[in-house]
Amino acid sequence: MAILVNNETRIVVQGITGRQGSFHTKSMLQYGSKIVAGVTPGKGGQTVEGVPVYDTVREAMREHPEINASMIMVPAPYAPDAVYEAIDAGVGLIVVITEHIPVHDSMRFIRYARLNDVKIVGPNCPGVITPGECKLGIMPGHIFSRGSVGIVSRSGTLTYEIAHSITKAGLGQSTAVGIGGDPITGMSFIDVLEMFRRDEQTRAVVLIGEIGGDMEERAASYIKETSYEKPVVAYIAGRTAPPGKRMGHAGAIISMGAGDAESKMKSLTSAGAHVARTPAETAELLRKLL
Amino acid sequence: MKLHEYESRELFTAYGIPVPRYGLARNGEEALKIAREIGGRVVVKAQVLVAGRGKAGGIKFADTPEEAAEITSKMLGTEIKGEKVESVLISEYQEVEGELYLSVIIDRSRGMPLVIASPEGGVEIEELARTSPEKLIQLHVDPLIGLRQHHIRNVQNFMDLDESHSKQLSQILTSLYRLFVENDCELAEINPLAITSGGLVAIDAKILIDDNSLFRHSQFQRSEVGGSFEVEARRMGFSYVELDGDIGIIGNGAGLTMATMDVVKEMGGRPANFLDIGGGASEEIVEKAASLLLRHPRVRVLFVNVLGGITRCDEVARGLVSAVKAHGAGKKVVVRMMGTREEEGKKILRESGLYPYDSMEEAAQMAAQLAQG
Repeated sequence: MAILVNNETRIVVQGITGRQGSFHTKSMLQYGSKIVAGVTPGKGGQTVEGVPVYDTVREAMREHPEINASMIMVPAPYAPDAVYEAIDAGVGLIVVITEHIPVHDSMRFIRYARLNDVKIVGPNCPGVITPGECKLGIMPGHIFSRGSVGIVSRSGTLTYEIAHSITKAGLGQSTAVGIGGDPITGMSFIDVLEMFRRDEQTRAVVLIGEIGGDMEERAASYIKETSYEKPVVAYIAGRTAPPGKRMGHAGAIISMGAGDAESKMKSLTSAGAHVARTPAETAELLRKLL
Repeated sequence: MKLHEYESRELFTAYGIPVPRYGLARNGEEALKIAREIGGRVVVKAQVLVAGRGKAGGIKFADTPEEAAEITSKMLGTEIKGEKVESVLISEYQEVEGELYLSVIIDRSRGMPLVIASPEGGVEIEELARTSPEKLIQLHVDPLIGLRQHHIRNVQNFMDLDESHSKQLSQILTSLYRLFVENDCELAEINPLAITSGGLVAIDAKILIDDNSLFRHSQFQRSEVGGSFEVEARRMGFSYVELDGDIGIIGNGAGLTMATMDVVKEMGGRPANFLDIGGGASEEIVEKAASLLLRHPRVRVLFVNVLGGITRCDEVARGLVSAVKAHGAGKKVVVRMMGTREEEGKKILRESGLYPYDSMEEAAQMAAQLAQG
């Protein structure tokens, strides 16, 4: 089962001829992901790692109508156009890896995607992986193993850290979703929690949050209101972050007295989630719960 | 990025939002000239970005141009909450009959712009939202559709001003929303929007521009000056935040670096900083980052925590070893590495007398112990 991606996922990589695009295309192919086309305007007719390149997503879709997901590896100034192009061409799932996209742009394309019933993961995210089936992103695949824990996270390397300890604990992951570190993301914790709730393979969920915004608090209300059936283990980064400072991610900032780690941990605890004090404790808690 | 008050006024003027007459002065003579042109009582306002400058002596009133010049000369070069005053705004003094509040902000929760207005301006809006939320109106705007007449009518009805002021409010809100969108603002706030005998006037403003949008707003780009570690680190391209402890923290990725700080604190240590080298950092980048922190006067222990994905542990090890050779005297170094080329990286560290850890928690505990000893 798993969520979002599986062995049926057929991928177009937008920005495939770039340094990052070609590097990660190779790594995804090695993992076994099915990349059927790439798009870079002006580079149509070339191939990258054996994958045919087209000038537009529309052309790629005409030649490969099985495409059902896109990965965007286009520099920030051009990324919004790439997203609109994928939406208009009818791609149903778009993973936006690109960092530093202006928030006004993401606000608009995320809204446009929602109105068109298209799912967006990101921006500024590592992507999605269903171990053993499909890696649609830039994460190191070997850290993950097939299992029963769903991961949803605002962070990249911290996800790898925790996924690794889950793998070592012998539990493995159903799907890991990096929703991104920007203030506004296409998918929220709630969206992914809801998908994991319906997924039979997923027996527990790990939520990796950080300072800034109120996405963790809203997830806590959702867990409480739905009496979420599966155990949720949460880790929140940034307990030592000072207010008013952006901690690397555009979205990681305690502003106007809101969005600090302690209050997020408190909301999640009172909603019935198990909150880990350190990344390693996440796997320990899971082992006890499963 | 926060705009200076004079930059906000320039923007307001360009968008037809009324502001008091003003000029920017960098010395007493300029202040004298501007105050003479304005005539009458003026306000001298220090151009600093820190909040609460009024209470810290950064806003003063002058009855004559000579007084304005004198205040300016005294104010320039002083520090307000640690920020040096390089220039002052000389602004026309206006008798205020009432104060309103008006802003457009990005609402992260809904992913939409939010218009906020209140007939009680001049106070902290967060405070007002907490104590008397009924005194403000909040309206979401669809980012694809933009501000419509119904938003404006709702604000007008809520504010209940007389006809001419209400009409003016409509124009100001329309302009403010346009300014907000066209300049990639995270926040465009007028507080207070004063009611004066001449109509509504934006007396003070706070405008935050999205850092990620600066590539298309060259007018706001500024080079950071000064020799602080924060500025130096950012100039090198790192995400850096200064803290007050003695354990220097280097990590790859914002979440992991934050978690590293937290675990160090959990183990009884005190982080000196947050430094994220990002993804795929080369040997040179690691060397720069490590050298910077090893030169930091407060850092006693350097804790490097790297999870290799696109970042390679051997590159990190090589960069770190050369930094320690050059700047490591008297400092202790703790390394935790895992992932791509982990074994090669660890071997390089061991050959140079550095002992790598597998677990982030154990490494953090050691860093905390070393800092205390």
